[in-house]
Amino acid sequence: MRNRRDRFIALLMLMPTFILLGIFVYFFLGKTIYYSTTDWGENPAQPALSETVIRQNVGLENYQNLMTDVIQAMFRNSLTNMFFFFVFFVIGSIGLGLLLTLILDQKIVGEAFFRTIFLSPMALSFVVTGTIWRWLLQPDGGLNYLPTVFGLEPFHFNWLNSQEVWLQFTWDKVPLYLTFVGFALFALLAVRRALRQDWRSLGFIVSLAVIVILIFISGLWNYIWLPLDVVQVESSIAPKGFNAALVGIIIAAIWQMSGYVMAILTAGLRGIPEDLREAAQVDGCSSLRVYTHIILPQLRPFVISTIIILGHISLKVFDLVFAMSGPDNARTVMPGILVYTKGFRQNSFAQASAIATIVLLLVVIIIVPYLYMQLRDHD
Amino acid sequence: MTDIDFPGTKFRQYTLRTALHVALIVGTIIFLLPIFVVVNTSLKAPAAINLATTWHLPAEIHWQSYVEAIEEFGPRIWNSITLVTNATLLSAIIGSLNGYVLSKWRIYGERILFPLILLGMFIPYQGVLIPLFEFMRAARLYGGIPGLIIIHTIYGLPITTLIFRNFYVDIPDEMLEAAAIDGAGFWDIYTQIVLPLSVSGFVVVIIWQFTQIWNEFLFAVTMTTGASEPITVGLAQLAGGEAVHWNLPMAGAVIAALPPLIVYLILSRYFIRGLLAGSGH
Repeated sequence: MRNRRDRFIALLMLMPTFILLGIFVYFFLGKTIYYSTTDWGENPAQPALSETVIRQNVGLENYQNLMTDVIQAMFRNSLTNMFFFFVFFVIGSIGLGLLLTLILDQKIVGEAFFRTIFLSPMALSFVVTGTIWRWLLQPDGGLNYLPTVFGLEPFHFNWLNSQEVWLQFTWDKVPLYLTFVGFALFALLAVRRALRQDWRSLGFIVSLAVIVILIFISGLWNYIWLPLDVVQVESSIAPKGFNAALVGIIIAAIWQMSGYVMAILTAGLRGIPEDLREAAQVDGCSSLRVYTHIILPQLRPFVISTIIILGHISLKVFDLVFAMSGPDNARTVMPGILVYTKGFRQNSFAQASAIATIVLLLVVIIIVPYLYMQLRDHD
Repeated sequence: MTDIDFPGTKFRQYTLRTALHVALIVGTIIFLLPIFVVVNTSLKAPAAINLATTWHLPAEIHWQSYVEAIEEFGPRIWNSITLVTNATLLSAIIGSLNGYVLSKWRIYGERILFPLILLGMFIPYQGVLIPLFEFMRAARLYGGIPGLIIIHTIYGLPITTLIFRNFYVDIPDEMLEAAAIDGAGFWDIYTQIVLPLSVSGFVVVIIWQFTQIWNEFLFAVTMTTGASEPITVGLAQLAGGEAVHWNLPMAGAVIAALPPLIVYLILSRYFIRGLLAGSGH
């Protein structure tokens, strides 16, 4: 089995995949990054779809425009939309998925039936889910009229067309919020170190926290952040926030994906050795303590991988939003949709490439460490 | 499985367990409401559909919407069938060979190459869309199903390779060594030992690829046009216009959902294995 000829055949059999993925994944990603530094589709003298189009290098101009140009507000809206979608979709799916996992672990009669039901939306296309929920979320019918079945008053929430904006913020406050988040993280770490009486790393963390505070007090943040024109303009005229129109889309996404979380966490639960649970119970652990001290810690790696999988799905989200509120809806637009509208509707290939590159970068940041950890654990 | 040993008497325990079951049943009903609404609306006559009566049952069953939806889809149903059959089989066969090589043959640089293959599964496809569009146009494959078959075959290779590799790792090496000593070569081992043991691996991969490709939308909407579109694009159009008669998109949604849903319901055990493989477990 180790003779030279067979090993050569083995290598040869793998070659088509290497070459195809090399071209269709890595070469194409590289090309997208390259296009993002050109004026392809921005230069009126060069028809974008002409086979002899000349693309001129413009450096990082496309990125600068996306971040600062007033007419590119749609892109910055898509980033805030994606952020809120990410946060609430991940929290909601994991919350519901974990709840289902723990409930179905209680020797439920008809367990297999319930599992089949809750996982079934995973077999549907996001386009199907989107079409269904779009009908359910019509303002004068659907879910809003569910209470009328019981003789109650209907709701009047305008779901996908809502103009409400919650959790409003302006760009100039972002450094402040980031400082708060950073400080809260440091405080959490510091408390944990103190509880473990790890004084040396506690000192390290505290000094880091002091540096963060000093940076903020010194106004360095504002020096980095505020000179951007857009920060000043959009802070005064167009506060950003959590668009209420996203709520329906988040609900539909949770409906579709919580069964997936349940499936992964259940696999994790089944991996916990039965004697571990029994030993804890014999030792007099109350059942609540069995959960908080044994089951949940054992599930932690599985929860982390679902956060990463769902998180990277929300960075790429396209079809669900497309089917629910259309590709041109400013209240629900996502970066993944802008790549489509800018590239395939408006032929602004360079800008579409820049947005695609930003999405790619975000996905790589969360997926590469994950893959690294997964592969390391398996070997 | 652990029982929550609720404090108190057996009676209290019994009540709590009953309450748990009742809560679960209520939750399931809420979870299934969207399904009820789709089927319900798809069976109403267009004139009988108005927003305020979403939850009323149809006065009489109206099957006509399904006929109309199928007519509206036209060639798109067959397009999806052609696409799914070809791309699923191609990516499964190549994935099986890859998995065999990666699990049973030592390949130089495998520790770097395997993660690079896997990463192809997670990249945002928006990141390859524009060069892909260019390539498809240059290769005269843009706009049709053959091009889409190639696309789905290639981008399906990471997951099919991963599933087969993990599947073949469990085949004992001694078995293959013994065959090799008897003079079996690369292909003999594959066709006589590995392939006959791969049936459930193929079932997992085929089900996974089938549902993924059938349900896919991004490549479908950017790389095909008009009569060459698959069913998901047809459904988006059916539901996309303003002031649509909702019976039609609802019937369309049922038709588009049925094939993967039936496969899932019959073979959910294998579907879950594909699902877990895709998340690295």
